[in-house]
Amino acid sequence: MIKGYSYIILARNAHKKLFEMYLKKLILCLTALFLAPLSFSAWDDINMTPGVNAIAQEIFGLHMTIFWICVVIGTLVLGFMVFLIIKYRKKEGVEPADFDDNPKLELTWTILFALILVGMAIPATSTMIKAYDDEEGDINILITGHQWKWQYEYMEDEVSFFSNLTTSLDARNNIAPKTETYLLEVDEPLVIPVNKRVRFLITANDVIHSWWVPDFAVKQDAIPGFINTAWTFVDEPGVYRGQCTELCGVYHGYMPIVVKAVSDSDYKDFIQGKRDLKAQQALLTEKLWETDELFAIGEEVYLKNCVACHQVNGAGIPPVFPALAGSEIVMNDKGRQVEILMEGVQGAAMQSYAEQLTEVEIAAVITYTRKAWGNDAGGDGEIVVPKEILDYKNNKL
Amino acid sequence: MSAVIEGHHDDHHHHGPAKGISRWLFTTNHKDIGSLYLWFSFIMLFIGGAMAMVIRAELFEPGSQIVSPEFYNQMVTNHGLIMVFGVIMPAFVGFANWLVPMQIGAPDMALPRLNNLSFWILPAAFGVLIATFFMEGGAPNFGWTFYAPLSTEYAPPTVTYFIFAVHIMGASSIMGSINVITTILNMRAPGMTLMKMPLFVWTWLITAYLLIAVMPVLAGAVTMMLMDIHFGTSFFKAGGGGDPVLFQHVFWFFGHPEVYIMILPAFGIVSHIIETFSRKPIFGYESMVYAIASIALLSFVVWAHHMFTVGMPIAGELFFMYSTMLIAIPTGVKVFNWLSTMFKGSLTFETPMLFAIAFVALFTIGGLSGIMLAIAPADFQYHDTYFVVAHFHYVLVPGALFSIIAGVYYWLPKWTGYMYDEFMGKTHFWLSFVSVNLTFFPMHFVGLAGMPRRIPDYAMQFADYNMIVSVGAFLFGLSQLLFLYVVLKAIFYGKKATGQVWEGAKGLEWTLDSPPAYHTFETPPNLESGEAKA
Repeated sequence: MIKGYSYIILARNAHKKLFEMYLKKLILCLTALFLAPLSFSAWDDINMTPGVNAIAQEIFGLHMTIFWICVVIGTLVLGFMVFLIIKYRKKEGVEPADFDDNPKLELTWTILFALILVGMAIPATSTMIKAYDDEEGDINILITGHQWKWQYEYMEDEVSFFSNLTTSLDARNNIAPKTETYLLEVDEPLVIPVNKRVRFLITANDVIHSWWVPDFAVKQDAIPGFINTAWTFVDEPGVYRGQCTELCGVYHGYMPIVVKAVSDSDYKDFIQGKRDLKAQQALLTEKLWETDELFAIGEEVYLKNCVACHQVNGAGIPPVFPALAGSEIVMNDKGRQVEILMEGVQGAAMQSYAEQLTEVEIAAVITYTRKAWGNDAGGDGEIVVPKEILDYKNNKL
Repeated sequence: MSAVIEGHHDDHHHHGPAKGISRWLFTTNHKDIGSLYLWFSFIMLFIGGAMAMVIRAELFEPGSQIVSPEFYNQMVTNHGLIMVFGVIMPAFVGFANWLVPMQIGAPDMALPRLNNLSFWILPAAFGVLIATFFMEGGAPNFGWTFYAPLSTEYAPPTVTYFIFAVHIMGASSIMGSINVITTILNMRAPGMTLMKMPLFVWTWLITAYLLIAVMPVLAGAVTMMLMDIHFGTSFFKAGGGGDPVLFQHVFWFFGHPEVYIMILPAFGIVSHIIETFSRKPIFGYESMVYAIASIALLSFVVWAHHMFTVGMPIAGELFFMYSTMLIAIPTGVKVFNWLSTMFKGSLTFETPMLFAIAFVALFTIGGLSGIMLAIAPADFQYHDTYFVVAHFHYVLVPGALFSIIAGVYYWLPKWTGYMYDEFMGKTHFWLSFVSVNLTFFPMHFVGLAGMPRRIPDYAMQFADYNMIVSVGAFLFGLSQLLFLYVVLKAIFYGKKATGQVWEGAKGLEWTLDSPPAYHTFETPPNLESGEAKA
């Protein structure tokens, strides 16, 4: 009894503490809110990024110009309003005026508005023309939006890879601590060289996404059936982060963009490394594989690529994301399962993994799902080896 | 004003309201239907508001807290749909029903049975929409703008119910608009020429035309979706040769005029309130009318400013940038006219006036952020961030919603015959005013700093401001419960109101008793020229 009671007190205190913590945070935030415009360091956190290249900086300058014009207009209008509220409150013996128009005055302010707008339109038009430049780049990269990851394809070098969020589920569920780059970190960033004109060709595979890197001032919708273009030119090596900005389904908030700008020689090394990796992976399909080996790799692949929809326990979220545990296909129809992994399912979130994963990874993840969650007991328990995936690719795709 | 008003007393009491529930089910009385619309809107405000509370609770801190990303998307979608189609629009139709006949000296709406139908299919539509929450696959989750193919090939199976619901809402709006137009054009009291109509009537006349023009376009968009989903067409399916961007063009051709449908009647309401509490006629009546008309016309040629990032040719970007900027002119004219109405007036600050002044001030902020958004190159950085969320909430919450609240306080004594509690009304105002800014002002900052909209979780640098926003939102939500209390208290315990109610109020409705008889103006008032103007 006493013990239980003390728990309650503890819990209450914990609540109190939590409340105090929130209160402190809140007071801090409110202070920050009102002091923010006064201090320059804080100003950066609440304003558009100036960006890292000429066009982004120009857009930032335009934004600030328009912003200050709006602040001045807003201050004048609201200030005048406060003046009216104070000056013309009802007083004994003061009769209200009864005029109800003044055509000259009205014409004057209409013309004034028009002039202000023309003043805004001129710099806006010039920036627009500079931003809209469709020339070929030194490097052309095809960016494809998938639910919920980005694919980058270096057109000249025949290198292609997918970029997935790496923030752990534990961090998202508040079990593990959150890092500085929470939700803005990926396994394979897009690597581009500095001092080169990089052109992006942007499209999508399923629904509409939007590729946005604030530091480059590039935001372009990725639309299935269309290829949009955008370009950037970065002079400083660095890591630049962005996010998908068009609602694209359940995990729209979880498909960030990370761009690493590197020196030209580092860039060449990167491309060479990617090519070597591809060659190594091709060799692996000829190796003789043990079931346990495949199962272990498959589990890793599954946790990285499949859990978002099919869940850790294979139960899925029916009816949108079907269960794999106990699924007839996963237990007894190996051929169909390979087909789904390779070609995706029309009209559903299930996409083709033929390009996203290596042959080994696909074989491993299929093997894993056929062995896990009691599926091997209920089904035929057959495994898939990388060679079968390679054959499927060569014959069918 | 002292228009001749004999005849508004109904001498031959041949039919008062029916008894019990059938009064409301079968009513063809514009006052009853007006009340139905307003109560419906009020209920939906709390449902849509509860969804906003869920959104803000989830965003209170980074990380997944209380709802899954899937349910979060359903909240975002249905919050938007309900607030737009279930709160703001029906509330304005409720005002139109109550006020248009009383302001133009007509006995009722022109088409009373149609009126009953256009109300009663509305609860059906929202019944269907809300029922999707309990169906397999969950409620619509693709945002209130329902961009294809997310809303077609990749939508939950309930999208069909959503399409059906939108069709019914559209039918309701079209019928309501036909009724408003017919009433205004045919049933004005003798002597009330168009340029003498009260401004609220003017705003609704133009709004009704906008509705008739664009609701069929929305119906077309959802019908194409239906065809794509069930009948094998490929309007929006890239794989079948269709065009996902076409959807956006069609949607925003409806969507942008829709934005003005939600703000024009607000202009009318606020104009009446400001002149009443300034004790001075509205400044620039004619320019007000022309401004409303030009805003309405311009609204048809600005739609692609919602689509600056879809990859339009530069000529398109520039055209839509310029046309959008033009809208600032008539809007600025209206703001200056309201200020000039207050200039040299004799101002008092009862609750309706407080809300109306807040409307002008905060709508101006929303308008200025609108100009920033119109600048196409800068919009590449603003588009689909919280800056946009801040902008449209500033025009819809302290804009449209505040005007509705102001209008309710202003006309409630007329409608019910009882005064509301002024102290509680003012408390409601100050709580709402502070919390609405606490909610939506910081959104500008997180948006500029790079937070995309419609995400259930966010990066660490946005944490502080999101917490402030959430606290503001909870406070704003709670304040609206106070509004409900003030309204109910007025109805059940309020002091008797006079017919005039407000010292400075002018217009035909104030010549009637409070509450007005069940049937009013059965014989039209005889207006001397120049007297019926708002």
